[in-house]
Amino acid sequence: MRRIFTLFFMAIAFANCNDLDADNEAQVTIQFTHNWDGFVVDDTTFNSFQFQTANGENVSIERLRYVVSQLELVGNRNNNVLTQDYNLVDVGNGTGLQLSSSNVITGDYQLRFRFGLADADNQDGVYQDLNVASFNVPTMLGGGYHYMQFDGKYKDANNQDANFNYHVIRAANVSNPSSPVFLDTSFTVDLGTITIRNDAVIEVEMNVAEWFVNPNTWDLNVLNTVLMPNFNAQLLMSQNGKSVFSLGPVTQ
Amino acid sequence: MKKGVLLGFLIMVLAACSSNTPEEYEPIPYTLEIPTLFQQKLLPPVIPANNPLTVEGIALGKKLFFDNILSGTRTQSCAHCHRPQDAFSHAFQFSPGANGNLGTRNSMPLFNNAWNYDELFTWDGKEFSLEGQAFEPVTNPIEMNGNWQDIEQLLNNHDSYPELFRQVFGAGRIDSTMVVKAIAQFQRTLISANSKFDRYLLGQETLTPEELNGFNVFMDEAKGDCFHCHGSDNNPLWTDNQFHNNGLDATFTDLGLGAVTGDPNDNGKFKTPTLRNLVYTSPYMHDGRFATLDEVIDFYSEGLQNSSTIDPLMKNVNQGGVRLSAQDKSDLKAFLLTLTDPEFIRDPAFNR
Repeated sequence: MRRIFTLFFMAIAFANCNDLDADNEAQVTIQFTHNWDGFVVDDTTFNSFQFQTANGENVSIERLRYVVSQLELVGNRNNNVLTQDYNLVDVGNGTGLQLSSSNVITGDYQLRFRFGLADADNQDGVYQDLNVASFNVPTMLGGGYHYMQFDGKYKDANNQDANFNYHVIRAANVSNPSSPVFLDTSFTVDLGTITIRNDAVIEVEMNVAEWFVNPNTWDLNVLNTVLMPNFNAQLLMSQNGKSVFSLGPVTQ
Repeated sequence: MKKGVLLGFLIMVLAACSSNTPEEYEPIPYTLEIPTLFQQKLLPPVIPANNPLTVEGIALGKKLFFDNILSGTRTQSCAHCHRPQDAFSHAFQFSPGANGNLGTRNSMPLFNNAWNYDELFTWDGKEFSLEGQAFEPVTNPIEMNGNWQDIEQLLNNHDSYPELFRQVFGAGRIDSTMVVKAIAQFQRTLISANSKFDRYLLGQETLTPEELNGFNVFMDEAKGDCFHCHGSDNNPLWTDNQFHNNGLDATFTDLGLGAVTGDPNDNGKFKTPTLRNLVYTSPYMHDGRFATLDEVIDFYSEGLQNSSTIDPLMKNVNQGGVRLSAQDKSDLKAFLLTLTDPEFIRDPAFNR
């Protein structure tokens, strides 16, 4: 009887220990960083031709803004933490680069988010902060918002500076205005499982070079501006985008 | 006991006196009437916690805005270069200052400035906040050429200003900070949001086929592609309040933002002006080089000049621009004119 009592007591003690573990809370910060095949991309590396695409064009970045949405830490005990409905990252202005959640219970989490806005969220004109950032997509292309506005210059075939506007939006084919075709080309990014033990900073890396390769090698001499109404270009961008993000260092 | 009664009586008398002293005046809080579209589409306006709007503050700011007392010669007010009938801009390419000197920039219109979230003002963004902006022209030798010490003395010795300032800011000597706070309060009430296009968006008016096509030209990335910088039906400010080199020059005599930041990558960048009330705000561009809207549209269509800092959003630079058809140009102009708000320039609240 005494043994049974002791065993029962120990079981309760262990259970309490587990509860204590579960009650540990941490502050988790998601930090967006940007590189070009390992070389830092930020406002200090804008405006100079120091990057080269897989196709061989030298590139200067002048504006890089994009939206991520449904950013979640998905716990293995159904304890999902929705860090942000959506977030505009502006690399040039240095805004939206960090998102924090406090009271995150320690444990294992899957980090995932959506690049751009899913159709259900991509409603025209409803996000005031994105409106004042002039991030809208014209109604003639289905409205809603850009997923990304990436502007810069490249050296063309004659080694002259030429502009590019790599603007990613929901693909729209409006060549026949009476029956336009729209396709949600936003996509989910799943960065795998992270164990949160303490306050943590999780780096999400964007390799900007990947927008120009893998699977589609991008020729800026062919696809440079007026890409918003280009349905096929939007499909190519979406395909290339899927290898752009990766999990960077987790500091805790 | 007698002493206690006397003391109590004295305290009561003093309390009664202090409640009647002028220092106790509480200005009446003023709530901006935010237009429906602004409420729907925009973040709330910027109103600093240390300069809340009050009825008395706005009235004082308006009086100061139209008063020559702020210039060195006492002959010029803010309203000389920011005239209500010009949507608070000026019809001259360069406005003469108090001493008759001309500047090098065109006078910017003043409205909807409470919705400038970065709070960077003037063509080159060198002034932060409406309060900060109001300091500069008062002492600028080619503008009002005043001296704050003299102006403060005049205001403190004035027959009506001391009481008006006391009602807004309480007791104390009038200083330049109070002056610019009052002017900024008045400026935050300058709201223009009742154009034909606003009413169209609210379902109260229809556009002509030409105006509608002009709007499509404005929004079409392959044509005007104006919306990336100049707002849209979802950004009724009709500006992004950012700084761009829009391809005016191949070389720069005026560095614009670059002179402020010291960054050569900012050379030739100027603030995107709002497209509201273009009828009243000619001439156009930071240096007022274009007298008419037709010239502006022609420039964007065929006249772009390449340079190292030209914004990548300027397309087909090597061909001079996007080369709009004559019909599209005409329709684009028709659309731009729907952003005119005559009520704004006639509003007695904004006029002397």
